[in-house]
Amino acid sequence: MPLLRPQLPKAPHYGILAEFATPADLYHACERVRDAGFTRWDAHTPFPVHGLEGAMGLRRSPLPWIVLGAGLTGAAVGFVLQWWVHASAYPLVISGKPYFAWPAMIPITFELGVLFAAFGAVLGMLGLNRLPMHHHPLFKSKVFERVTDDAFFISIESWDPRFDPSATGTLLESLGARSVALLESE
Amino acid sequence: MIPERDRVALRPEQATIPPGHPWNRIPVIGAVCALLGIVACAILGAANPKQFFFSWLVSFLFFVSLALGALFFVLIQYAAQGGWGIVLRRIGETIFAMLPVMAALFLPVVLGLRDLYSWSVPGAAEQDALLRWKAPFLNVPFFLIRAALYFGIWSFIALLYYRGSRGQDLTGDPGVSARLRRFAGPAIIVLALTQTLASIDWIMSLTPHWYSTMFGVYFFAGSFVGFIALLSVVAAAMRRAGLLDTVISAEHLHDIGKLLFAFTVFWTYIAFSQFFLIWYANLPEETIWYQARMEGSWLTVSLFLMAGHFVAPFFYLMGRAVKRRGSTLAVGGAWLLAMHFLDLYWQVMPTLHPEGLRPSLLDVAALVAVGGCFVAAASWLMRRQALVPLRDPRLAESLAFENV
Repeated sequence: MPLLRPQLPKAPHYGILAEFATPADLYHACERVRDAGFTRWDAHTPFPVHGLEGAMGLRRSPLPWIVLGAGLTGAAVGFVLQWWVHASAYPLVISGKPYFAWPAMIPITFELGVLFAAFGAVLGMLGLNRLPMHHHPLFKSKVFERVTDDAFFISIESWDPRFDPSATGTLLESLGARSVALLESE
Repeated sequence: MIPERDRVALRPEQATIPPGHPWNRIPVIGAVCALLGIVACAILGAANPKQFFFSWLVSFLFFVSLALGALFFVLIQYAAQGGWGIVLRRIGETIFAMLPVMAALFLPVVLGLRDLYSWSVPGAAEQDALLRWKAPFLNVPFFLIRAALYFGIWSFIALLYYRGSRGQDLTGDPGVSARLRRFAGPAIIVLALTQTLASIDWIMSLTPHWYSTMFGVYFFAGSFVGFIALLSVVAAAMRRAGLLDTVISAEHLHDIGKLLFAFTVFWTYIAFSQFFLIWYANLPEETIWYQARMEGSWLTVSLFLMAGHFVAPFFYLMGRAVKRRGSTLAVGGAWLLAMHFLDLYWQVMPTLHPEGLRPSLLDVAALVAVGGCFVAAASWLMRRQALVPLRDPRLAESLAFENV
């Protein structure tokens, strides 16, 4: 299944991993990496760092639009399904109400809207994050294990147009990285 | 080294209305409006007292609900130890400090009791078995005692929190926040109970045969939407007038917008649930209230309320950019304030005009009179105080607040 494999381009190296000691070091390093014009890179922290998305220059996620579209689809499906069942396919008089008793259809319309919106949010998030991904070249790095503990990382991928194994490494070292390592692919 | 409790995140001159600022004139403008409104009410009301009392009741309910919404907003922040909204708290405190003023503005309702509430007419209970059964609750002396209790309790809570917060501006004592926090939980419960009973007394008993068990929640939902809408307008207006423009940031506006959006949906949820259960069960003593609002021009108002209090603001306030700009947020807030007024108008007026929507000059006169008093008193308080709680221990947190 291609979905469950990391869809990473073929290259001799995965990229460069730089380790920083504090969130502040990482934050300022991100600003410089952003200003240097890199596009294929990421920052990794053990906890959310406020404002990091600004320092990284990330654009707003398109996820809200996916959620809106899915929610409206769900509401429409819920409403049309009930209209079709009650007013068209199987017209039955229920507690003296008209066949097309729209107030009775609102709860299910609402619930399906919420359900589809939730599906849109979760599946859309997974899709945009390219998850599930069962392995990633970063996991080969021993120092990277501390990303869930007390270390802060920047990884720059080798297929970034501005990537150069030695110059990019020098740049990250000049930004105060505690260690810089070139990572193998796969 | 400055001791912790004497450190200020904000200098007082950053958070007061400077001398010569145009906002210093608002109390006078409000007082003139109040005076003109009261004169207009007296002249027009003399010819049509019944219309005057109903118009006054709508305007009274509108402003009292805003003040109650403000009280809930501040209590919930104390109870949850919220940090983000500290810079907005003084606006809420100023608005709920109007509750004693609203007690005075309740007087015309007392005078018009017989015109407003059919159950209060002497002898009404004698011909009506249901009213006879409800008489132990729906009688004039008990109604007045309850109203006095509501205003007594609300004013007590309001002044306790207002004075505590103002006192902290001077002393910087963090113990004030801790003490008010402990009191906030019980105060929310008391507020919920009194507000529910007040909505039953003042609105539901206009149709004394009718009852709805979720009416109190409906009134609360409307009052909180109304207050958040007012907060968005005031915060945006202050920034535009150069007051607190370095204090209230786009982040705070964004959160006001999110609350406004969320409680618009909550109001809709409650309003629809109330209608839905009554419509589905179809019991005559429950459906009369909606029957009156689904005939003639009242049906148009009902549908307009659905579109204007839910559909339009739901899609308008959904986007992020709209909530982060003062001007666009204030447009949504001003619209929802108007819709909240229409909601109350729609709850009250069909009792007087079952034949259909009959707008009256007295509606405008009463709104200007009550609103003039409210704005004059609130803006007068604003001039005399800092516009944010200067020494609240969480002020620095609120100033630095950012949405994640």
